[in-house]
Amino acid sequence: MPTVSMTVNGKQVSGEVEGRTLLVEFLRENLRLTGTHVGCDTSQCGACVVHIDGNSAKSCSMLAIQANGTKVTTIEGLANGDELHPMQAAFKEHHGLQCGFCTPGMVMSAVDLVKKKPKASEHEIREWLEGNICRCTGYHNIVKAIQHAQQTM
Amino acid sequence: MWHSARRRTQIPPADDGVSVGSAIAHDSAAGQIRGSAQYIDDMPEAANLVHVAPGYATGAAKGRITRLDLDAVRAAPGVVAVLTSTDIPGKNDCSPSFGGDPIFADGRVEFHGQVVFAVAARTREQARKAARLAKIDVEAETPAVTVEDGLASGETVLPDYQFLRGDPARAKDGAANVVSGSLRVGGQEHFYLEGQVAMALPGEGGEIHVYSSTQHPSEVQHLVANMLGKPEAEIVCECRRMGGGFGGKESQASQWGCIAALAASVTGRAAKLRLDRDDDMIMTGKRHDVRVDYTYAHDDKGRLAAVVVEFNMRCGYSADLSLGVCDRTMFHTDNAYYYPNVRIHSRRVKTDTVSNTAFRGFGGPQGMVFAERMMDEIAIRLGIDPLDVRKRNFYGRGRDVTPFGMKVADNIAPRLIRELEKTSDYRQRRKAVKAFNRQNRFLKKGLALTPVKFGIAFTLKHLNQAGALVHVYTDGSVQVNHGGTEMGQGLHTKVAQVVAEEFGIDFDRVKITATTTDKVPNTTPTAASSGSDLNGMAAKRAAEIIRNRMAEVAARLHQATTSDVGFAGNMVRVGEREIPFAELARTCFLERVSLSSTGYFATPKITWDRETTSGQPFLYFAYGAACSEVTIDTLTGEMRVDRVDVLHDVGKSLNPAIDIGQIEGGFVQGMGWLTTEDLVYDASGRLATHAPSTYKIPTASDVPEDFRVTLWDSKGNREPTIYRSKAVGEPPIMLAISVFSAITDAVASLRPGRVPKLDAPATPEAIARAVRSMREA
Ligand code: FES
Ligand code: FES
Repeated sequence: MPTVSMTVNGKQVSGEVEGRTLLVEFLRENLRLTGTHVGCDTSQCGACVVHIDGNSAKSCSMLAIQANGTKVTTIEGLANGDELHPMQAAFKEHHGLQCGFCTPGMVMSAVDLVKKKPKASEHEIREWLEGNICRCTGYHNIVKAIQHAQQTM
Repeated sequence: MWHSARRRTQIPPADDGVSVGSAIAHDSAAGQIRGSAQYIDDMPEAANLVHVAPGYATGAAKGRITRLDLDAVRAAPGVVAVLTSTDIPGKNDCSPSFGGDPIFADGRVEFHGQVVFAVAARTREQARKAARLAKIDVEAETPAVTVEDGLASGETVLPDYQFLRGDPARAKDGAANVVSGSLRVGGQEHFYLEGQVAMALPGEGGEIHVYSSTQHPSEVQHLVANMLGKPEAEIVCECRRMGGGFGGKESQASQWGCIAALAASVTGRAAKLRLDRDDDMIMTGKRHDVRVDYTYAHDDKGRLAAVVVEFNMRCGYSADLSLGVCDRTMFHTDNAYYYPNVRIHSRRVKTDTVSNTAFRGFGGPQGMVFAERMMDEIAIRLGIDPLDVRKRNFYGRGRDVTPFGMKVADNIAPRLIRELEKTSDYRQRRKAVKAFNRQNRFLKKGLALTPVKFGIAFTLKHLNQAGALVHVYTDGSVQVNHGGTEMGQGLHTKVAQVVAEEFGIDFDRVKITATTTDKVPNTTPTAASSGSDLNGMAAKRAAEIIRNRMAEVAARLHQATTSDVGFAGNMVRVGEREIPFAELARTCFLERVSLSSTGYFATPKITWDRETTSGQPFLYFAYGAACSEVTIDTLTGEMRVDRVDVLHDVGKSLNPAIDIGQIEGGFVQGMGWLTTEDLVYDASGRLATHAPSTYKIPTASDVPEDFRVTLWDSKGNREPTIYRSKAVGEPPIMLAISVFSAITDAVASLRPGRVPKLDAPATPEAIARAVRSMREA
């Protein structure tokens, strides 16, 4: 079995995986980082979004070995100790979640958006989120939270 | 008044330390935004845990199983056990009601995707791969797939049911206008983001502890016990939170809980089953789709004289919850309108497809879509503004009894509509829409303002009860447990707010724990929007009992009477003195006074008798209205929702942030149901749309940017509900009917006087077809 190593949330990790092991499986099962969720298994819902070298990616549709040598950030690595990332704080303050299952992926996508397009319009925010399904909130408060984080990030 | 839209007042930030009525963030939010809130699949796994995957006959929908060869499955790598109906020591059934839902198909396959066996293996991937190696031969029969197939076979899952008032046939004869028609309303996949999942742990002496993502832990407990032939006392079912439920985990979470429990019982190891998303969509039921056949009669002003309607509900292969669902379609066929002479008839059509089940609104939305379609048709034919037709048909003085005999005593619909008509600027925008349509050849706008009146209570009387368990600890912190489950609707937050309010302590001193059948037994499902009505009240009663005991101790020690004792601001006031709440808790312990209590609540006034169709099925009605504006492209059928204004009645809100969230989320879910979510079955009964790639769920860009939600400025529920609030879980779904009506309006603008042939969902294809139909001779 091949060995992969990568930096996850600032820590150097390595592990043996099968060639076909998905990144999300590696994160959830080998590293027990279960904040990254699986909603659809097939690259459509966005619950599994993480950052690979600073770019958002769906971890259910990439292999663990494809992430070899990269820097991975998951929802668990976003906050600075007790201090929430501004995007997390905004989601909480603006009620951007209900069941919370989509939230980790939503937050990770949103962070990437604000980094890449700090001044994204509401329309651009909504388009960016097309790969993230939320079945509970109707998105309104999610968009509001992201607009707020645009000011604080 | 509370508003949500950017364009108006913001919801104020969560205020610490205040309880009922304030916009406190969801109790799990802190963990959810960090990824530390655990769903079942996130829980630590026992070292020897097995993963379970279900298997089914991929090639058949219906017929006798002639060969079930699982040798290759057994021999696959990592496989620990293979389970079939013969492994079940007790009852092979996971039905919530009438039986007929085998956990594993036994001898016959009754729909495509019915579970025949399950395989337990070391890893999830091994289990899923092994499940594909089964050889199942079925003597295939032609399945009844559509409503028409089901009607042709004549089979039903339950007997017909009917409401009748007056003499609709005679009233029709005397009326100026008599119209007949037919409307189809599609089903809906729940797509809770967290799929069905359960994990079972074997305990001492064959006990089983099941963690289940379920809206109804007591039912999972009951069914697991029956399956294993054990007393319920040896089974515990626990649910901390669900990643969404929407009705899809009311009865249909049970099967997965049962299979996980069976695997744990057979292997003696922890067992977990998480359905793959496609399997989830194939194997679990959906909202009932329906063909509505109707005739109605009205005068030249659009006032109804008679309504005769038949709902042909597609139930699938078994009864499941169809009795309640189909009844609720009938209970909401009137929506907010008075039908002087009326016959509402319901057929519970059996098809050889997955059993349709509860979905937010529980059948009510289907009835209401019909009512609103009827209003639109009348308006189009008479050339009257649809809002005026609606108003003319509202309940009012002397016209205030529903088709099922309940008096509409709390009718705020007319006032609420009048207000929304003003605040949404309906009349001005009607003119603008007309002008737009004159000026644009290919793009057409539509506008509609529709009401919602939704009855609150379970129509099955015995479900209207709840229990709670409250403990005060000697440091003054409080733990609450109740029978309701948390699926994102904020129930735990609301119940904790209620308890904090009763003790006069900060919200963060109250801890809600997982719903579990060993703390509060014999619970009813968290459904029918009644979670806070029931459990909030039960928790309040438990807290009151403890508070009264504490007040007695305080009064006794300080030579006062209990009426001098008050609880507020984390302090207990006794006459002139103030004692910290925690200190009094400690004193109670030293005085040997119990700081723990259960609380129980049964909804009053529910007297519905289904046999005689008499009595009162609901405690009260929740009201709301929405005004939607849409633009359609008549060349492509594409549609955009331009603006939505909602005014909704939640009584005195327990938590405006949560309530507005329910309204926004419900509206968007309803909009998906009526516009993009199209379930397609092929002729052999296979679901063709079994992933979000082919089944279109609204995303952020499908939702109107201009979305204004306001809570009705209520003096409070007329009924003494928990702090005079009203239920809010389901009603908002039906606000989205305004979008469907607005689309109808846009298409109708192509040819005044002609009713578009438009069924739900109004997908771009359906809109394009409706546009074409307007051009036919
Ligand atoms: S689980 Fe990765 S996109 Fe849905
Ligand atoms: S909060 Fe439930 S799916 Fe987004």
